[in-house]
Amino acid sequence: MLVARALTKSYDSAGHHLTVLRDVSFAVDDGAFLAIVGPSGSGKTTLLGLLAGLDTPTSGEVILDGAALTTLDEDARARLRAEKVGFVFQSFQLIPTLTAAENVAVPLELRGTAGATQTAREWLERVGLGDRTTHYPSQLSGGEQQRVAIARAFANAPRILFADEPTGNLDSATGGRIVELLESLNRESRTTIVLVTHDAALAARAGRMIRLHDGAVVSDSGVADPAAHAAAGSR
Amino acid sequence: MSAPWKGVLRLAWRESRNTRRRLLLFMSAISAGVAALVAIDSYAGNVTRSVRAQARTLLGADVRLSSREGPTAGVDTLLDSLRASGIDVARVTTFLSMAAGPAPDATRLAQVRGVEPGFPYYGDIITEPAAAWSSLHEGRNALADPALLLSLGATVGDSVRLGELSFRIVGAVESVPGEPEFSAMFAPRLFIPYRYVEETGLLTFGSRADHDAMLRLPAGTDGEAFEEALESRFDTLNLRSTTVDDTRRSLTRGVDELRRFLGIVGLVALLLGGIGVASAIHAFVTEKRPTAAVLRCLGATSRQVLAIYVTEAALMGLAGALVGALAGIALQYALPRVIGGFVPVDVVPTLEPVAVLSGLAVGVLVATLFALEPLLALRRVSPLAAIRESAIGDRRSSVWRDPARLGALALLSGSVVLVAIERTGDWLEGLLMSLALAAAIGVLSVSAALLARGARAVLRERWPFVVRQGIANLYRPANQTRAVMLALGFGAFLLSTLYLVQVNVLRQLELGGEATRANLLLFDIQRDQVAGVEEVVRQGGAPVLQTVPVIPMRIVSVNGISPDDLTREERSWAHRREYRSSYRDTVTASETIVAGEWFTPDDSLEASGLYEVSLDQEIAEDLRVGVGDRITWDVQGVAIRTRITSVREVDFARFEPNFFAVFEPAALRDAPATFVVLTGLDSTSARARLQRAIVDRYSNVTAIDLALIQNTVGTVLRRVSVAVRFMAVFSLATGIIVLLGAIAASRRQRIREGVLLKTLGATRGQLRRILVAEYAILGALGSLTGMVLSIGGGWALTRFVFDMPFALATGPLLAIAAGMMALTLAIGLTSGRQVFSATPIEALRTA
Repeated sequence: MLVARALTKSYDSAGHHLTVLRDVSFAVDDGAFLAIVGPSGSGKTTLLGLLAGLDTPTSGEVILDGAALTTLDEDARARLRAEKVGFVFQSFQLIPTLTAAENVAVPLELRGTAGATQTAREWLERVGLGDRTTHYPSQLSGGEQQRVAIARAFANAPRILFADEPTGNLDSATGGRIVELLESLNRESRTTIVLVTHDAALAARAGRMIRLHDGAVVSDSGVADPAAHAAAGSR
Repeated sequence: MSAPWKGVLRLAWRESRNTRRRLLLFMSAISAGVAALVAIDSYAGNVTRSVRAQARTLLGADVRLSSREGPTAGVDTLLDSLRASGIDVARVTTFLSMAAGPAPDATRLAQVRGVEPGFPYYGDIITEPAAAWSSLHEGRNALADPALLLSLGATVGDSVRLGELSFRIVGAVESVPGEPEFSAMFAPRLFIPYRYVEETGLLTFGSRADHDAMLRLPAGTDGEAFEEALESRFDTLNLRSTTVDDTRRSLTRGVDELRRFLGIVGLVALLLGGIGVASAIHAFVTEKRPTAAVLRCLGATSRQVLAIYVTEAALMGLAGALVGALAGIALQYALPRVIGGFVPVDVVPTLEPVAVLSGLAVGVLVATLFALEPLLALRRVSPLAAIRESAIGDRRSSVWRDPARLGALALLSGSVVLVAIERTGDWLEGLLMSLALAAAIGVLSVSAALLARGARAVLRERWPFVVRQGIANLYRPANQTRAVMLALGFGAFLLSTLYLVQVNVLRQLELGGEATRANLLLFDIQRDQVAGVEEVVRQGGAPVLQTVPVIPMRIVSVNGISPDDLTREERSWAHRREYRSSYRDTVTASETIVAGEWFTPDDSLEASGLYEVSLDQEIAEDLRVGVGDRITWDVQGVAIRTRITSVREVDFARFEPNFFAVFEPAALRDAPATFVVLTGLDSTSARARLQRAIVDRYSNVTAIDLALIQNTVGTVLRRVSVAVRFMAVFSLATGIIVLLGAIAASRRQRIREGVLLKTLGATRGQLRRILVAEYAILGALGSLTGMVLSIGGGWALTRFVFDMPFALATGPLLAIAAGMMALTLAIGLTSGRQVFSATPIEALRTA
């Protein structure tokens, strides 16, 4: 479903060279639930950005559902996201001027799918917000906003969902319910989930955990020896 | 439309929900400009329509034949033969003369019209009492403009003296078709029967009069065809013919000029609004970056993101233009009150769909194009910004490396130039206007940039916090310094320029009299009356400042070629016109020799039968001659051969007689001449008494009082400047909206900042003082820059358009600048209310 091969990302800023991600390789199976963990500054968000095609690596490549992202231009990657990728953010990132239902409908509208609003309502129903469809983000609690974001992420039936610290802005009880929701949707719709978090307890609930430190993979529960796997990935 | 684009449209509409009101405010910056254009074009359309419908009435005949010469045998024969062929002919002779009324010392320069029965063939002269026109020919009757009756102290039933005759006033003339209100202001009209013109004794040698014959053709005869058939006969008799079509053309041309002039002012307001739109959109873009990033994350292509926001801008632009168009339609009804006096027709306001639609189109175009360039920045918002705030930073590259931005700017400037060319109707003028506009915008932008940079440089630690904060607002990110400077600067620039031009033109008129101390001009004095008139003047306690001979003449040949032998293209009016020339041996103060030398006393030329002549520069250009060329003149049947020995630049605005051609005295000393006597008297009543004394003794002598000219020109200028100011108000209104938009655009940032300051312990008074510091500086610099620009503009207009020397009027200009600054402060503080009133908690919550 998702393959990372020898991903390296470095920046030249203020005159010095900074490598935030070095030689990261792994493969994720269809329908898997992967957690990427690590402390702040370990390169988690950078990795997520590369995996989702939001950014381009300095070297290495990402293959998402058979498409090599590095060979696509920005707009082609956008189209790929519109079709196959869902997103959940730490700060929810709902569009403040749109109602809950309209927010959920955005990916469908961008693809020109018919019946966008209806589908959006159904998804809100599924995340338990059937009575909040016409509310604006500012009228919803944090947990509710994140559920709207999850509904939005699943609305276009993505093949893979990227979640960036989805519980980071929520209290632990609400966060727990959000993770449960993600788990059940992962099971029901067989959507691959890539979760980025620094919360070890949350990560423990995923089927597989990759631990990052200083931009490199230090452990991967899916393979016995991450270095060997990396070698296999870059084959 | 493909499905994704429908989705984009829907998204655009939804996404604009919260920002719609603000976007509409930005876009209403174009409303005033659109209103001006719609109002002007509709009014011009109305006038053109009315002119078309009323052209025959405006001329009062099918064809008019005009001549400067009195009835000649040739003309009489022509008119008799026309009458014989079934064409109705009514003669009208128009000349200036003094009318004397019943009140003591009451005289007034009048425009006398001797008319034959039948005139006007079309349209009605409205009189009071209503039937008075039909009784004009029943005896020695007269009809006069109310203004004439007023200055003569006469009423209906009284008599008015004109030359040797007295006429009984049978009514007052309320309106004459085809003649705008202003045409009779200098010399009010006095209608008398044609058959008495000669008996008045006013048309003597050298008198200037227009002799017209009004023709009514038999039904079905085409005026143009009639004119063409008789053209050569008219030519040989020196008759100028005017048909209904000519009238229509010349009147619509006048309306077009008006439309062009006022349209340019409207266009300036519109473009000013466009700049306001662009700069408000800049701030809007900053605010929309996070949303754009999320949309990109969710799979929107950069093109879709751009499309969403361009659609929003275009929709709001349409709304702004609609508001403007509605206001324009309403204004169309107000325009006749402001400029009606210049228009010779009764205008019936009707809806002009073309004017409204083209105003809407130009409005939407300007709004969208000005919004496009700043919106292009959203294209480059990285989806990464949704997960990483630092990625939201400005990724704008240099405009030179971004073909899309270059394209947008090219599209914008190209469209502005095209619209300017369309408005001016001339590509060179349109181009020049665009350049002038770009220059003004450039100067204002540069001063805004200097202000922002200067503010950063001069800022000193020891200054009070509120002042430092206010100044810092001028250069902080997403500042609106440029927009406000442009809006204010332009407003101040337009208002001050108009003021300066008006002041200078009026001042010149006053100076014109002071230069010679002359304020009364007596003309049409016959040679044997000169001594007598001078005597009357001296008895009235006035000096004889100048006595100038005037000799009527025509050109026989230029360098041996008769004007008749020139082709139509080569021949100008200068070849055909009647010249009123003079002779003297000195150069006057109003003349400057620009080529050749003034007459030298003993010259060998005279021996060869050639006299020296000096020509006015412009006439020399029209005749295509210069120093050394030869002209032969027909002076009352005598041929005078001359050689041009100098060319003069003449200031005709001076209150003294000036001439296109001045001869050396020997050439014309014995030619039949009339004389002009120039005198000056300070007291108005003494001048009135002197005019009466002259008219009583020499009824053919006409007097022009400088005060009369000054009043007339002053009134016209005041009316014109009311019309122009009316249009300047649009620029000012635009400026105010741009200012409001600029403040609204940075509102969120300001509220956040204000709230943070409050949280840190700032009082509302301190916040207010920060705003005062910021807007006082902006207001002062904006209006002062505009003022400096206006000095340039005023100078250029006065010098090159009005051809007059320029003088500054610093006081009033500073007053305008102060007014603009106060306005800025008032708007800034009023819209800043929200910043003062927001409580910390509500802003921190929405942050």
